[in-house]
This record gives sequence, structure tokens and C-alpha cells, in this order.
Amino acid sequence: MFNAIVQVLDSTIRLSVPLLLACLAGLYSERAGIFDIGLEGKMLVGAFAGASAAAVFHSALIGLGTAILISVAFALVHGFASITHRGNQIVSGVAINFIAAGSTIILGQAWFSQGGRTPALQPGERFAAITWPGADAIRDVPIIGPIYAELISGHSILVYFAFAMVPFTWWVLFRTRFGLRMRAVGENPAAVDTAGISVAWLRYRALICTGILTGVAGAYLSMAQNGGFVKDMTAGKGYIALAALIFAKWKPVNAMFACLLFGFLDAASIRLQGSPLPLVGKVPAQFMQALPYVLTVILLAGFIGKAIPPRAGGVPYVKER
Amino acid sequence: MSTPYAKLPAWADYGLIPLINLSVAFIVAGFVVMLVGENPFRAAVILVEGAFGRGTGIAFTLFYATTFIFTGLSVAVAAHCSLFNIGTEGQAYIGGLGIALVCLSFDSVLPWWVIFPIAIVAAAAFGALWGLIPAYLQAKRGSHIVITTIMFNFIAASAMVYLLVGALKPAGSQAPQTRNFLAGAELPKLNWVIELFGAKIRSAPLNICFLLALVMAFLVWLLIWRTRLGYEMRTYGHSPKAARYAGISETRIIITAMMISGALAGMMALNPVMGDQHNVAIDFVSGAGYVGIAVALMGRLHPVGIVLAAILFGMLYQGGAELAFEMPAISRDMIVIIQGLVILFAGALEHMFRPYIQALFASVSPKSVGMQAVKGTGA
Repeated sequence: MFNAIVQVLDSTIRLSVPLLLACLAGLYSERAGIFDIGLEGKMLVGAFAGASAAAVFHSALIGLGTAILISVAFALVHGFASITHRGNQIVSGVAINFIAAGSTIILGQAWFSQGGRTPALQPGERFAAITWPGADAIRDVPIIGPIYAELISGHSILVYFAFAMVPFTWWVLFRTRFGLRMRAVGENPAAVDTAGISVAWLRYRALICTGILTGVAGAYLSMAQNGGFVKDMTAGKGYIALAALIFAKWKPVNAMFACLLFGFLDAASIRLQGSPLPLVGKVPAQFMQALPYVLTVILLAGFIGKAIPPRAGGVPYVKER
Repeated sequence: MSTPYAKLPAWADYGLIPLINLSVAFIVAGFVVMLVGENPFRAAVILVEGAFGRGTGIAFTLFYATTFIFTGLSVAVAAHCSLFNIGTEGQAYIGGLGIALVCLSFDSVLPWWVIFPIAIVAAAAFGALWGLIPAYLQAKRGSHIVITTIMFNFIAASAMVYLLVGALKPAGSQAPQTRNFLAGAELPKLNWVIELFGAKIRSAPLNICFLLALVMAFLVWLLIWRTRLGYEMRTYGHSPKAARYAGISETRIIITAMMISGALAGMMALNPVMGDQHNVAIDFVSGAGYVGIAVALMGRLHPVGIVLAAILFGMLYQGGAELAFEMPAISRDMIVIIQGLVILFAGALEHMFRPYIQALFASVSPKSVGMQAVKGTGA
């Protein structure tokens, strides 16, 4: 029983990492007043670019770099449309998701002809699990052993990076000048503009942060969790991350808990497939899959506290003339 | 939606600018084709020939267009009320559930011309209901309609999978779909219309839903520009404050607009379900709801534009299938890229070329734009 719980928690961590990275990515752009529905698409191109580059250049690091580069490029397209040309941010995000979904399949098929997959990555080309010192030695110690060996040790570097990004994002957001200005530009861009700070440049920088994090999220999917890119491998994770962001009320630490919760629901639904629960009987897998979305809708409706988005979110900034 | 730009002559606004945006989208798509290592011009020729070259191609093009007219109208009706309904996909999916219930109950006893109207009502009602909840939450609880409708797409998908692998699946079958409908739930084909013009058709699914779609396009035009409700919707879309000042109930207008939008989305399911597959299968909507966004934006939210844009996308779908045969490197997913590019250039970057075109117009004939407006204080 205890081992089963540890296993579910272990897969909770694995499943929540891409959500967490994407969620923090969304946090940067939405805090700066740019809605980003394109998290899904940016993760997808990141996953594809990372796996492709890693397979071609035989290096995980080059893969990661490429993933970040391409993902940032897509973030800048979003910026170009929604900041420079003041286009509708949601429309632009939807467009990015489509371009990402289509181009990863077309290019993958044209370059590797494996039905939209990239070549299977060899050990040196993907991020391997890191075994912490002493993990194997104390594995057999009851309680502490499995927790240390399974939960804490034995993940890839990107997992630790994702969780390290939580305090880092908090620090950036609430303890640096950039963070203060970024939050200000999401609440009241006119005030930031009056202070002589460029609204557009601030928002672009926030979007670059978003691109970096979605790139890492994509790289995690295709180079750590799996050994290659499979078409449409994000499978709605970008939208769940968006839901988690709202659930977390745009705060980094909350975001971590929201992502862990949604990751846990996912892990539990995989684990419980077909087996009945003690009190409620057999829960259909589809119900567990739908639960994050249902919870988000209930939250949005204001039944579990109120989620108030950054005030200038979604509104293009027009200088007064 | 107010634009910070000056007015252009109508033909430039509604003809030239969409055309330029569309061309740019296709040029970028051409680069993707080149990146894949194929000739974009040959690809374009194959695509157009595949869509319009033979009678069967035309029938398929119009069949796909039918679907996109419904979803495009659905997105447009909500957009006139400044509501961005991304939930068309889920509303159409749930609309399919309504059709399934009607057809499975009556297909052995009633003829198609009795079932069809009932199915229309059921599809519209189920779709409207799925649009009602996000609308209510937006109007009463202030939750953002975009996020809720996305969530509802996923919830609809989960619910339909649950039903299609469970209650709706006939006993003993493995495939996650309903049983095939009997003849009573099959809609008559329209292929003979194309055959009148001398073209030959080997089985194509074009059916009377196409006519229904055209009627709906007309009704939407009537609603938006010729009724009080449509006027109120547009007023709210332009300025919620003005609408409130004029005594228009915010709740009523949001809920009505979203229910009409949901109903149109639900009716989309009639075309593939009753006109083609004769069953309800998992993921039968397959992205048509999202295509509706591209169609609505390209058609500039006007029914005539939407019908034209839907035919263009129908052409892309049918021609894209042919293209996949001729050029193995290009699969039908090319359409998804084109769709994305159209949404990007005709939607998000709608105003990118406008200043240049205005400058051009201003230098050729200052009167056509009004020199004062060129400075662009606008709204």
C-alpha cells in the first residue's frame, strides 16, 4: 500500500512538471497583461524542435537550446501580433496553436518520414534520470528509503529545474524591479508608460520568459519523459496549464500546488483504471480526465474564492494622443 | 470592435485588405511547402484541380463547406456580441448527441422528412444548452467566456467518450460509436444538382444540409442587421457601456447570443452525422469548430463572407486530400497550417497592412480617406 502511494506520487511529479513549466510560462505573460492561449502550441514546437535537434546533433543540450529558441520565436510572433500590431491576443494564440500543430506533423514527416515521429533518442541525446548520492544504499530503509529513492532522487535535471523555477519566479515577480514593473504593466500600463518605461519592451521581455519556459516544457516532454517526439504529444497540457494558472490565481507557489493537484488527478486516473475506489465505487477514467476542467470552471464561477485576472490582461495598450 | 485607424473606401476595407491578408497567409504556406521540398505552385494546381476539377471533387468541397458555414456562423454570431466562442467544437459535439438520441429512437419508424426537423431542433437545443452554461457564467459570475468554453470543449469530449464507449455503444461492438442509423435517418443527397451541369459524381456525401446552411446564413444576416435583437447584440459588441445605458439587459443579450451561437454549432453535426457517416463516432467534429474561427474571421463576420470563406476552406480540405495522394510529403495537416496562418494574418494581424494601404490611398487620392483621418486619432 505504501509503495503504491509512493509510486502514484512519483508519477504525479513526472506528470505535473510539463504543466508546471507551462503554467509558470503563462504566469509571466499574463502578469504582463498578455493573454496566452498559445502555451499549447509553443510547448508542441518546443518538443518537436528539441527532439529533432537532439536526434540530428546527438546532444541533449543542443536539443534543449533549439527547443527554447523556436519556442521563443513563436512567443515573439505572438508579441508582434498582440503588442506591436495590437491584434486580438486570443485570436493570435489560437493561430499559433494551429500553426504549431500542423507544422510539427508536416516537417516531422518530411524530415524523418516516420509518420510524424522523430527518431528514437539514444541515451546521450536525452535527459537521463539523476540518481542522488546514497539513493540506492537506503532504498530498503522503510518509509524514508522509498521516499528518498523514488520521489526525490531519480528524476531528470529538468524536473529539478521546474521546481526551482517556482521560488525563482516568486523572487523575480515580487523582489526585483523587473517583476514590479511587469506586474504594473499588467495592471495599469498607462502608469508604467507615464513613468517613462516602455510598455511594449516590458511585455516583449515577459513573452521571452514565456517562450523559454514553454521551450523547456516541450523539451521535457520529448526528451525526458519520452524518447522522441510523437505528433500532438502535448495533448491539451497547455490548456490544463492555463486552467492551473487561473486556479492558482496567477501566483507562483499556488501554481505549483495547482499543477501537482492536476498531475495527481492524471496519475490517479492512470493508476485506478478499472479498479474500484473504496467509497464511491468505480470511477470512469473520463471523469478523472475532465475533473481539472470542471474544477477550473467552478473556480472561475467564483464558487471557490474568486479568481481575478490582471486588470489590463487582453487589452492592447494604446498610447494616449 | 473599434479600430484606431481611419476609414478606407468600403471596397478596400471589405475586399482589398482581406485579399492581401489571405495572400500573405498563402505565401507563407508556400514557404512551408518549399521547406518540405515540394514545388508550391504545383501543389496549388493539384489542390485547385482536386477541389474543382471533377464533379466528385466539387461535391466534396461543398460538403465540407456546409460544415464550415455552420461553425463560421456560430463564431460570427457570438463575435458580433464581442463574445469569443471557442466552444463551437464542443457545442457541435454535444449537438451530435442530440441527433444520436433522435435518430436512434425514431429511425425505424419515421421517414427522413419527419426525423430531419426533429433532429434539427434536437441538435440546436443540445448545442445551445452547451453554450448556455458558459454564457450564464460570463453574464452572472463574470468568468471569462474564452476560458470556460475551452474547458467545456474538454468536458464535452470526455463526456462523449464516456457515452460512446458505454451507453451509446451497441452490445458486442468494439468500435466506440453508435450503431449505424437505418434508412429513416439518412438525408437525401444533392449530387444530382451538380450532375445537372453535366459533371459525373461517384458517391459523394453532399446532402440537403447544404441548403439548410444557406438558409441559416440568410437568417443570421436577417437577425444581425434587420432585427432589434441583432441591433442590441451589435450595440453590446461595440460598447457594453452604451448598451447598458440604453437599457439593454447584459445578461439577456449574452445568454441569447451564446445560445444562438451554440445552436448553430450544434446544427453543424447534422451534416457529417446524418448526411455522411450515419452514426455518431468519437471525435466526429474533428476540428471543424476551430475552422469556424478562421472562416468567421476571414468572412469578416458577414454571412456572405462566411459562405465564401467556408467554400474556400472546403476547397482546401478536399484539395488537401488529393494533394496528400500526389505529394506524399504533404499530408492533410498542411490545411491546419494554412488555417493557422489565415487566423494569424486575417485575424490577429488584421491591421498590419492597413496603415500602408491608407498611406497609399492618401497619396493617390487624399479625398478618399479624408486627410484629417490619416493622422489616425480615430476611436
